[in-house]
This record gives sequence, C-alpha cells and structure tokens, in this order.
Amino acid sequence: MHVLTERRPEALGLTPEEVLEVRRRLGREPNPVEWRILAVMWSEHCAYKHSRPLLTLLPSSGPHVLRGPGSNAGVVWIAPDVAVAMKIESHNHPSAVDPFHGAATGVGGIIRDVLAMGARPVALLDSLWFGPLDDPQARRLLEGVVAGIAHYGNAVGVPVVGGEIHHDPCYTTTPLVNVCCVGLLDPQAVQGAAAQGVGNVVLYAGARTGRDGIGGAAFASERLEGEGDRRAVQIGDPFAGKLLIEATLEAYRTGAVVAVQDMGAAGLVCAAAELCGRGGVGVELWLDRVPRREEDMTPEEVLLSESQERMLLVIERGREAEVAAIYRRWGVAAEAVGVVTEDGLLRAYDGGPVVSLPVRLLVEAPVRRMPEQAYEPPLLNLEGIPLPEDPAACLVHLLRSGEIRSKRWVFSRYDHMVQIRTVMGPGGDAAVLRIQESPPLGIALSVDGAGRIAFLDPWCGGSWAACEAVLNVACTGARPVALTDCLNLGSPERPDVAWALRQVVLGLAEAARALEVPVISGNVSLYNESPTGPIFPTPVVAALGVLQDVGRAVPAGFQCDGDLVVLVGTPKASLAGSAYLRWVHGRVAGTPLRPDLGLHRRLVEVLVGAARAGILRSAHDTSDGGLAVALAEACILGGRGARCDLSHFGGRADEVLFGEGPSRVVASIPVEGYEAFCAMCWRHRVPLWLLGRVGGMRLQVRLAQGAVDLPVATLREAYG
Amino acid sequence: MRDVRFAVLTFPGSNCDRDCAWVLEHVVGVRTELLWHADVDLRGFDAAVLPGGFSYGDYLRAGAIAATSPALRAVRAFAAGGGLVVGICNGFQILLESGLLPGAMLPNAGGTFRCTWVEVRVERADTPFTNQYRSGQVLRMPIAHGEGRYHADPVTLRRLEAERRVLFRYVHNPNGSAHDIAGILNEGGNVLGLMPHPERCAEAILGSEDGRLLFASMVHWILTPREVARCTF
Repeated sequence: MHVLTERRPEALGLTPEEVLEVRRRLGREPNPVEWRILAVMWSEHCAYKHSRPLLTLLPSSGPHVLRGPGSNAGVVWIAPDVAVAMKIESHNHPSAVDPFHGAATGVGGIIRDVLAMGARPVALLDSLWFGPLDDPQARRLLEGVVAGIAHYGNAVGVPVVGGEIHHDPCYTTTPLVNVCCVGLLDPQAVQGAAAQGVGNVVLYAGARTGRDGIGGAAFASERLEGEGDRRAVQIGDPFAGKLLIEATLEAYRTGAVVAVQDMGAAGLVCAAAELCGRGGVGVELWLDRVPRREEDMTPEEVLLSESQERMLLVIERGREAEVAAIYRRWGVAAEAVGVVTEDGLLRAYDGGPVVSLPVRLLVEAPVRRMPEQAYEPPLLNLEGIPLPEDPAACLVHLLRSGEIRSKRWVFSRYDHMVQIRTVMGPGGDAAVLRIQESPPLGIALSVDGAGRIAFLDPWCGGSWAACEAVLNVACTGARPVALTDCLNLGSPERPDVAWALRQVVLGLAEAARALEVPVISGNVSLYNESPTGPIFPTPVVAALGVLQDVGRAVPAGFQCDGDLVVLVGTPKASLAGSAYLRWVHGRVAGTPLRPDLGLHRRLVEVLVGAARAGILRSAHDTSDGGLAVALAEACILGGRGARCDLSHFGGRADEVLFGEGPSRVVASIPVEGYEAFCAMCWRHRVPLWLLGRVGGMRLQVRLAQGAVDLPVATLREAYG
Repeated sequence: MRDVRFAVLTFPGSNCDRDCAWVLEHVVGVRTELLWHADVDLRGFDAAVLPGGFSYGDYLRAGAIAATSPALRAVRAFAAGGGLVVGICNGFQILLESGLLPGAMLPNAGGTFRCTWVEVRVERADTPFTNQYRSGQVLRMPIAHGEGRYHADPVTLRRLEAERRVLFRYVHNPNGSAHDIAGILNEGGNVLGLMPHPERCAEAILGSEDGRLLFASMVHWILTPREVARCTF
C-alpha cells in the first residue's frame, strides 16, 4: 500500500508508459500533489482503463433511455410522468478488509449516485458472493457485510427489496458485494452532471472532510494482500446520508442546481474533474473553504479524501446562499468552494496554488490493452459421476445448502417495507414495487449473477446473467426495460482474465441486444484476487421491469389446488456448472448450455402476455438446483404440494431433476386458462410441457426410474 | 362534517413520515401536514403522529435525542390538552424516552434488527385508537426494529395491566417484549405508542389493510360528539 510520503510516480501505481504519457501531455513535470492525483484518477477504479473500450460494445440506447452510461446512473422513462434511475456498483475490496463499514459505505455511495440523477432512492438489491459458510472467515465476512448493509439501509430509509447470496471457495478471502439502487423521478427533472456556465458556483454539501478512505480508489485497483489497509476504508454515517438525501432533493426544487455529483472514489478532485470534463469547462477550487473535521490536513488529503455523505453541486451564480440555506436547515454543512472557469484547468488553491492540471488530462486516462489468452475449463465426463441412490435425499441436501436455502435470516434483518411500495419483497423471483404516484403502475426488480457458469464459459456467463435477471422480472408479469451490470473479475493483467472479461462483455452485449433490453449503467471491478488466485469471472446483472397493473403481479409460489403445473421454455438442461455438481459432488466442470436468445425473448413474451391476460397463477424461474428445486420452492412459497410426472423426460435422473439451463420456467395455470395458455405458447413457438397438478401437502415427482415423494413440511424445514 | 387535521412530525432521520402522511391523506382521507421538528406548532390540529425511523441516527439510544427536542415540548402540551398522539416504532421509543409513556425499549431478544409480519391482538376496542376494531381481533401487521423489547419495572407492568393500558399484544412474541406488549396507552388514554407499523398495512396491495382502522378509529373519535364518546379512564 502506498504511503502519502511516497513521491516517485512509478511507486504510486502508474506504469512507466503512463508516467511518460503524463509528462508528454502536460509538457512539464507535475508536482508531487499532482502526481498523486493523477495516479488516483488514472487508476482502474476511476478510469476503467482496461474495460472502457469493451464497455462501448454494450447496447445502451433505446426509445425509453433518458440517460445512459457516463452519467452517475442510468435513467429510463416508464410512464409519461415517471422515470426510474438505476445503477449497480461493487464495494468488494473495502468489504474484504472491513466487511461492516465496507458494505455500509457501498450502500451509501450507490444511493448517492441515484440521488445525483434527481431521483428519490426507493429500493436496494444486493448480490453477495462469499466462501462456503462452513469456513469461519467466510462466515465472519458475510455476517459483517449483512450487518453493514442493514445498518446503513435501515437507517437511511431505503428498503432492501431483493438480492442473492452465492458461495464458492474462490470468494473466501475476496468476497463480492454488489449493491444496486433504484430511484424514482419526474422525467422532466433529470439532474445534469455537466458543469456549465462560467462563474457558476461550486457548492460542497454534506459531511465534513476527514482523512478516511484516502487512496481508496487506487487500493481498489490492486490485489489484496494480507490484511489490506484499513485506512483506505471509509466510514459511513447513514444518518448524515439520510439528511443529505432529503436536503438535496429539496435543493433540486429550487431549479438552481446546474449539475451534481457524489463525491465518491478519489473524492473532491474526481467529482470536480468529472463534472467539468462532461461540461468542457475548468474549475477553481479553494481548499481552505472545504468543511473539515480534522486539523492540519494537507491539500492532497483534502482533494483525495473519500469521506462519505458528500455531494458536489454546481449552482447558478448568485443563488448559492439560497441552496446552502436549505442544507443548513437540515443540519448539513454547505460551503461555496469554487467557481466554474473557462480555461479547462482544474486549479486548486490552499493559500497559494497547489494544483493546476487540464481537466481532460485527469479524465482521459490512456486505455490499457492487455494480452488475452483463452483458457480451457475443466471438462465433465458424466460417466464418472454416480447416479444418486436417493434423489429425494439429494433434493433435501440441495435445499439445505447455503446457496439455495431461504435467505430469510438475511433479509429479515433489512427493512424491506419502508416507503410502503413493497408489494412483493425478498424471497421470490423478483421484488415488485408499486408506484403509488401513478397507479396502477408497478416495477419489478431482480439481481442475478453467474459465477460457476462464467468460469466454465465466460461468454455464456455474461449472457446467462442477463437472461436470468430478465426472466425473473418477466416471471412476475413485468416487461423488462433496462439492465445495469457489475462485472467482477481478477487482475486484467492476467491474459486469461483479460480474455474472460472480453467474453463476458460479448455475451452480455449479445443477450441485451437480442432481448432488446439496454444496459443503462454499470460498473467494473477488477483485481478481485487473493494470494490464492483470481475469483471466477462473475458478471452480475440487475433488471428493471414494468407492470402496467401492479395488482396483477404474479407470485413465484403455487396458489391454488387443482391448477396445472407446466414447464415453459426449453426442456434442455445440463449438469455442467450446476449447483448439484458443486454441492453434491464437489465439482465445477463441464460446458454449460448457452442460451437460445430467440427462444428466451419469446418466453418473456409468453409470460408477460399470460400475466396480463390473468391466466398465469404463478411463475418461477428454474435456476440453481434445476427443476426439482424450482418445484420444491414453488411448493414451499405457496404452502401447498404438487404431483408431477417427469417420466417422459429422458436421460439421467439427476440431469432431469437437477440439471440447469436458461429459459425454463415452472408455472401454474388455472384449468380454465390452459387452452388459452397453450395457444399463446404455440403462437410464440415456445415449448410447453404439462407436468402435473398443484394440490395436497406433498411434492410427488415421478421419474422414468424412481420417484421423489416428500412432505412440503420436510422441504420447508430443509429450506429454512 | 368538519375537517379533521393530522400532523406528522419530521425529525432529522425520520423515515416513515412520508408513509404516514400518504396513508392519512390518500387512504384515510384526512388533511395532513408534515411538520419539521424545529417549528412544530400543533394549534389547530386534532392528532399528532410521531413516525418511525432513526431520529438523530438513534446514536445515543433510540429516540433519546428527539425526546429532548423542542418539538416534544409542543407534543407534551398538546397531549396535556387532550390531543391524540400516536408514536409508531421510533415514535414509540421517543414517547418512552420523553416520559409521555412509561417504560423503555431494549434491543430485541434475538440481538438483531427484525423486519417481518407479525400477528397482533387488539386488547380492547373502547379507545380513541381502536374503536373500529373488535376486542380480541387479531391483526396482521409488519414490524421493523432493532430495539423493540418493551421493558418496565414490575410495578409499572402491573399497573399497565390493571388499568388495561396494554392496547396491542403480540400473538407470538418476536422480540422478547415484557407481557408480549406491542403497544400501550398513557394514563389519559390519548397517547398511544406501538412498535408495529399501521401505515405499512393500510392498503390491500401491501398485504393487509388492518392498520387503516387504527387511523380510522382516531378520526371517528375526533368526529364523535365528546359527551357520547367521553374517555372512561
């Protein structure tokens, strides 16, 4: 870890080429403070220098997209008077070092990105990837992260409405904490993020600046070694965060806010540079006016501090006192700390001049291209995998596994109901929120990632994550309209990781394009490595869907005895990368099925259409654990049994029961709606298999050879 | 029929103020104003709601700092004049800390924050807050708190029971609360504190409408000529 006394540019994380590039573009030798700022601004975390060219491959536009990548968060229009802002972000490195504060500040940061679009944050979702729970370190980290998310989310008053938790030893010392925030706003009132108007005032609002988190961005751009550096982790204060939200929303209503941005990675200097970079202007910053909570801070510390709960605003000249008064009424510090200039320079003064660098130099780090090399994932020979002697016991074992079992112990610690929008909370396929300002409109939200699958076939992983998020949202009857992605990988300096990164992006891009759902925002987290090696490539995707009538939202569990149980989509499933292979046989191997994107899109159409027609009583996506787990979950969630016949599916019993593949949904249909549902599937050329009926208090599944027959109470007990 | 006016107090850190105001205005249908804690003036209001949240971050003890704020002086005077006051969740904690209700809140017996649906029994239906329920009726309501274990000394508990001031009781105690207490009244019967969130269960789309009748009871009581509905405590 770099100490602040280190002045040699190469020791700050810049490559020798980058050092030369700085000298060439600047035409002089930067002073030590400038070097330090450049090192942080040119880190992977701030500059995306490895991933930037790739990310342009993602489709990000559409008729409903109001703001795409490059903004603080993406914004889509969902009704004449309602727009939704959303973004997902990682806080992996800080959470590995200090799980409680690392996760808490991750929540705070993503909330402020959504706030910066002019939106009121209304929901959070989290995707957590940890080592197996029987590992004490993994459990300690998960406990800390859950407590941190609860601490911040509950107090700040934004409900955690959904999420997922996955386990694999590769995440034991390098956990992933991805948090997605969703906000609502008036489409006419999207806030700008480009500083404009020479002479306009730069207003600092929020918590006072301390020494916490200095160098956090650079820290997030390298491998973790040993215990890491706690000093690089920021401390969050949800109370200050809550006041900042309310005050900022009120400040927007004055109409005097020209542009706004959260002070996140690389603090004041990064926020100022990015605001100015978008507007093509310069800025003068007066560091002596920055509210501080510690004495004797150096200019460099003030510029780079990552103290939480701070926003930087550009205010129309002459109206700064009016806006500052709003903040002060909420007990939030607000000071004019600078002015927009026309010279394109970022200049900082602390008594005398400290920094004078072109904004473009700061925000346009050179792209780094790395050699790529494909790797061969482990192959799977099914002959070496014994058939389960007792498939029922296997099912119970899977339901009990940390990855599949109920996450109630986690989500009951999060307030998932505050703001009274939660129609369906955590535990189903997607969360459903009502938009009470525009009834009967609703939105559905889901976050899904692919780890094992992406390790075995990174292209497939990228596309799989998008497909699953979209399908989960569609299972509620919502039409998917936007995605946000977080790509978590190891060091891009490894050729195999660089290759995987490209493949993941290509897979995600192709899925998003085929499904016609744009990726409106995103985040890349690299260098997720510990001394034992990199994590699985782990793309995580959150999907937003729109329900025209939230009262018609479809639940995941079986609802009525006598309804018909169907499998909609493809019957194809594979044990490659499956939870069964992982948790029963301890293997991660094989070539996973790549999604048939055309079929996937048509399946989404069937679900949305059937929900709208009122003939879809329940729908549940089959994912981890395959068809058997999907049936069991539909029974558990609905509190009733089902009798199904899978004997006409050929192949190994474990493949039929536990095989995984995209584009498969377990649905229940009222008998009187079955004909219409068949016609709908026929029209969209989506295969449909009648499996059986809902009813009783047992899950009974007949196989070509053998059967599974378990009381729902046993399933529920295992599931937790 | 005259206008009924409700005030919802917003402290720094209140989270459920807007939710309460939404339900009162759009579901119950009464005039409602959000009052900023620094300028609370309850003259002309019929009822005041202290909403849930984390007032002042709950950094000392839940509700402790809000209890000393000038807003609570106004609430105390309002209650002394017979005005209806309901404190929900953090609002209940504030009422306890300010002494308007007896007892205190301890961290949940389970040690963690809990957000879940619970069953709550209405112990009596002859109060300003429960006249639209049936005595013994079981309500489905959400809780969301880390410090909801009601605690009081044995004398206070005996007195609460003897004076029938335990208004809501958990059917299955979720937090270790003494006597399964979910909500209590003051001596005058016009101040209620409860941990479950009635504003989160006032509309069928959210899974239960049971909370709506608490606010409707208050409106009914306010609109009923006083000699008929005189409080009997």
